Amino acid sequence: MTIPVAMTVNGKPASGKVEARTLLVQFLREHLGMTGTHVGCDTSQCGACVVHVDGRSVKSCTMLAVQAEGAKVMTIEGLAESAEKLHPMQEAFRENHALQCGFCTPGMVMSAIDMVKRHNYQLDEATVRRELEGNLCRCTGYHNIVKAILAAAPAMKSAGV
Amino acid sequence: MYDFHYHRPKTLADAVNLLKGKDEARPMSGGMTLIPTLKQRLARPSDVVDLGGIKELAGIKVEGNNVVIGGMTRHADVASSADVKSAIPALAYLAEHIGDPQVRNRGTIGGSIANNDPAADYPGAVVGLNATVTTNTGKHTADSFFKGLFETALSDGELVTSVSFPKAEKAAYMKFPNPASRYAMVGVFVAKTAGGVRVAVTGAGPCVFRVKAMEDALAKNFSSDAIKDIKVPADGLNSDIHASAEYRAHLVNVMARRAVDAANK
Repeated sequence: MTIPVAMTVNGKPASGKVEARTLLVQFLREHLGMTGTHVGCDTSQCGACVVHVDGRSVKSCTMLAVQAEGAKVMTIEGLAESAEKLHPMQEAFRENHALQCGFCTPGMVMSAIDMVKRHNYQLDEATVRRELEGNLCRCTGYHNIVKAILAAAPAMKSAGV
Repeated sequence: MYDFHYHRPKTLADAVNLLKGKDEARPMSGGMTLIPTLKQRLARPSDVVDLGGIKELAGIKVEGNNVVIGGMTRHADVASSADVKSAIPALAYLAEHIGDPQVRNRGTIGGSIANNDPAADYPGAVVGLNATVTTNTGKHTADSFFKGLFETALSDGELVTSVSFPKAEKAAYMKFPNPASRYAMVGVFVAKTAGGVRVAVTGAGPCVFRVKAMEDALAKNFSSDAIKDIKVPADGLNSDIHASAEYRAHLVNVMARRAVDAANK
């Protein structure tokens, strides 16, 4: 049985027909072809699938597509203004070598942006490390990711994003 | 995941009606346990009734001496609520330490206590503060609500609408989290309220439980020294790859003393 579903993804209307059991991440990747959001563990542990739903970071492998009906979804694809102008968080990840294989990066970036905004652009290292509890990186380690997030917080504030 | 019929009612009454008469219907609040359970095909509901669209179930208000939290209130909202932080800081602290930020953005208090996972944090606060659980059909005291492993006093089709927590004179929650999942291997909620002292332990046994001997000792002298020699027996406690029953029994005493010290700060 299919159900029509409609939401806003990265500012544009997106709709489709899904099964009740279709996960939000499946809808994004398989129906909309937006493969920037990754599936790492599929058990809500790793955070590779983090997207924003109505401004909050969520694990899109643990939410049904139908639960996002009418919601505003933001994915990694919606962050950069253009290929030349990245979001300050993406830029900070590049500058600080905060990725190696890159698999966890989309989720890290989405969690990081939510974290910076919730803490009103003011973070210390301990807070960043605690806030990254829901995101796993298995190659770079967390050191440069933490550095990037701390660097991005003031950059986001001055860019007004 | 097996497929199911999905419903998203806008009112509590509609939700109750949808659940009625369907043997295999399941309510879903935040879905942080139900969706992983469905993925593993450990459950096969015919219908899932999503409570996420019911506005009347979410929200926090202070009513006299109580903080009343709607069943669909997300952990993140309890953790960041100015009302909760000022009335019962230990409750905000507990909510802030459930799972990870993404789980806290979805998971709800009603879902957590209705599921009654032995390692969940909220049952500790509900029993520790002697909260009252309100449902669409009535009220439950904290001590009568949690029945056993994943078992509560809720009947079929009965939904948690709110939980009312009395303000505490002193309270604190300390947990030893599983390093991977952040579930409580042992969590102890200690509270001194107008109704007396309570010590509620979650994570250690099949279901949240109170430690009467600690409560009596703390009622006389609310200091960690007063309970340092009070041990809980390991018999019947959880034992798994993360911790043996003996280790959990030991942690109960350690976490209880830390909670008392934190409550006294």
